[in-house]
Amino acid sequence: MDQSTIDKIQQSESFKTLVAHRTSLALKLTISMLVIYFGFILLIAFDPAFFKAIVIGSNITIGVPMGVAIILAAFALTGIYVRKANSEFDDLSEKIKAEHHVA
Amino acid sequence: MSKFSFILYALAALMVGGSALAGEGNSINTNAIIMFSVFVLATLGITYWAAARTRSAKDFYAAGGGITGFQNGLAIAGDYMSAASFLGITGMVYAKGYDGLIYSIGFLVGWPVILFLMSEQLRNLGKYTFADVAAFRFSQKPIRIFSAIAALSVVLFYLTAQMVGAGALIQTLFGLEFLWAVVIVGVLMMAYVMFGGMLATTWVQIVKAVLLLSGATFMAMGTLYLMDFSFEKLFETAIGKHALGDKIMYVGGLVSDPISAISLGMALMFGTAGLPHILMRFFTVPDAKEARKSVFYATGFIGYFYILTFIIGFGAIAFVLGNPDYFKDGKLIGGANMPAIHLAHALGGDLFLGFISAVAFATILAVVSGLTLAGASAISHDLYANVINKDATEQQEIRVSKIATFVLALIAIALGVAFEKSNVAFLVGLAFTVAASATFPVLIMSMYFRGMTTKGAICGGTLGLVSAVALIILGPGVWKAILGNADAIFPYSNPALFTMTLAFVAIYVRSKMDNSEQAVSERALFDAQFVRAQTGIGSEGASSH
Repeated sequence: MDQSTIDKIQQSESFKTLVAHRTSLALKLTISMLVIYFGFILLIAFDPAFFKAIVIGSNITIGVPMGVAIILAAFALTGIYVRKANSEFDDLSEKIKAEHHVA
Repeated sequence: MSKFSFILYALAALMVGGSALAGEGNSINTNAIIMFSVFVLATLGITYWAAARTRSAKDFYAAGGGITGFQNGLAIAGDYMSAASFLGITGMVYAKGYDGLIYSIGFLVGWPVILFLMSEQLRNLGKYTFADVAAFRFSQKPIRIFSAIAALSVVLFYLTAQMVGAGALIQTLFGLEFLWAVVIVGVLMMAYVMFGGMLATTWVQIVKAVLLLSGATFMAMGTLYLMDFSFEKLFETAIGKHALGDKIMYVGGLVSDPISAISLGMALMFGTAGLPHILMRFFTVPDAKEARKSVFYATGFIGYFYILTFIIGFGAIAFVLGNPDYFKDGKLIGGANMPAIHLAHALGGDLFLGFISAVAFATILAVVSGLTLAGASAISHDLYANVINKDATEQQEIRVSKIATFVLALIAIALGVAFEKSNVAFLVGLAFTVAASATFPVLIMSMYFRGMTTKGAICGGTLGLVSAVALIILGPGVWKAILGNADAIFPYSNPALFTMTLAFVAIYVRSKMDNSEQAVSERALFDAQFVRAQTGIGSEGASSH
């Protein structure tokens, strides 16, 4: 790829959209994961009593479904990204390649 | 490597195994040995098949780039779910209840971050090792040397922990001598990597992942079946039996202060994104789409596995704790890592115990093979082919890689034996902390920080590496617990919060100060790197055969 192709790609609408959308989605999802996980860690550090504040049934503390929910959330977040990337981002990449005749 | 030499080697490996089994008077677990032998024969068969398909450097390092996203997802899970996570986490749940789950979550949450920020960029920019990515616009020699040192540090710390754990575990499970156990692990991983390269390593990891997930599913389902599929009944039984009583249902004393908690969380989360054997797996798929799919599947498998370990740990409290069959002189037979193994016996008798023992052995083999391949690649691809002999042919490079594999396997065996009696639990934490503080900052900054230069990378990466090792040694885990000093010089058990910050700040500041001509051209290359990272234009394709 020569410099003029790189410049042209960077100035193209498709590339700008791809970068803007991917960056925005990646940041949102990364921040969600960080907030969920470090929120959990900070809760452990500052308010361990919270984990037994609510008890479901006779013995299931709120900590258990919360832990499982974090694991499921991690998986769900990857699912959201892959779904979006498989459709929109790949289409945009293909479009950029076609517009600039590069592989 | 010729077929003939492979057959000779396989025969020699079997003889080593055979003579070890014939060894003196240990109590030998026949079911486990038969099932493990089947696994070994099958994986050696895979290696034989893979050897015939491993010709080019791309075949050796990246399985020709022809692994699908689903296969790679399983292989990543197989590479990542070590015996330490299976036996260690279930053991921790057994001992402390809920606290075990905190570790599991930490080991999982790095994966989404890898997907969102790194996986596609890695695939688009890299070729065989993560150093290829960092070397895209920086000066080859210093970056390659730094990356190789960082990768080899992580690999050797992790490998030592795995080898010592493997020796002790196999000694207990199979009744083999520690030395034989370590030699068999070393010889088998050498065979997989030397002859079958990444293709054999990948399939060993896939087979292991399927076996481990099936075995763990069976144990969790068996536990729930006996509890009439009622979690309430399972927890009730566990609380009734455990010395800690209902304290096992919530946060205990695992985390002492907020700084340690955050620091440990950072090491687990970002360490995952800096492990060389994990990063290398992204070069085995044909394109960015398969790379991202592999993280999706891997996150699913690993998350499912950690949910199972929680159930298995509670199952062990319910069915192993207080059962005289599994205790001798009031202590759990085999030690703190054994609850899952004893639960296998409680649920499925000798036959299932044999199966789970064989799975544990297979688990160790898959992980150490991935580590050895990553270490060998750092030596042959980063040091040899890009620093020592830049005119090396592909065949010379592969040869060096095989020699490096051989030497690393010998070193791994030696380290395993040398540290047999030592407490090496801190080494896994050290590996994660170094990965989080040295490789991860350099890699992520090189992808997103236009202003970064070679000098910034080397300065920040080296500071991260050195400070991580130093602060762990000066911390309570080593300075106090192992070296026997009265008080630790560094108060926190994990330093990642400080060492990661140091690495990122140093990369930023040193790069900003860098006004050399070279720095200008390195910054100018960012555009080309960024376009390729985002679109995949110009990235390495899959090989055609």
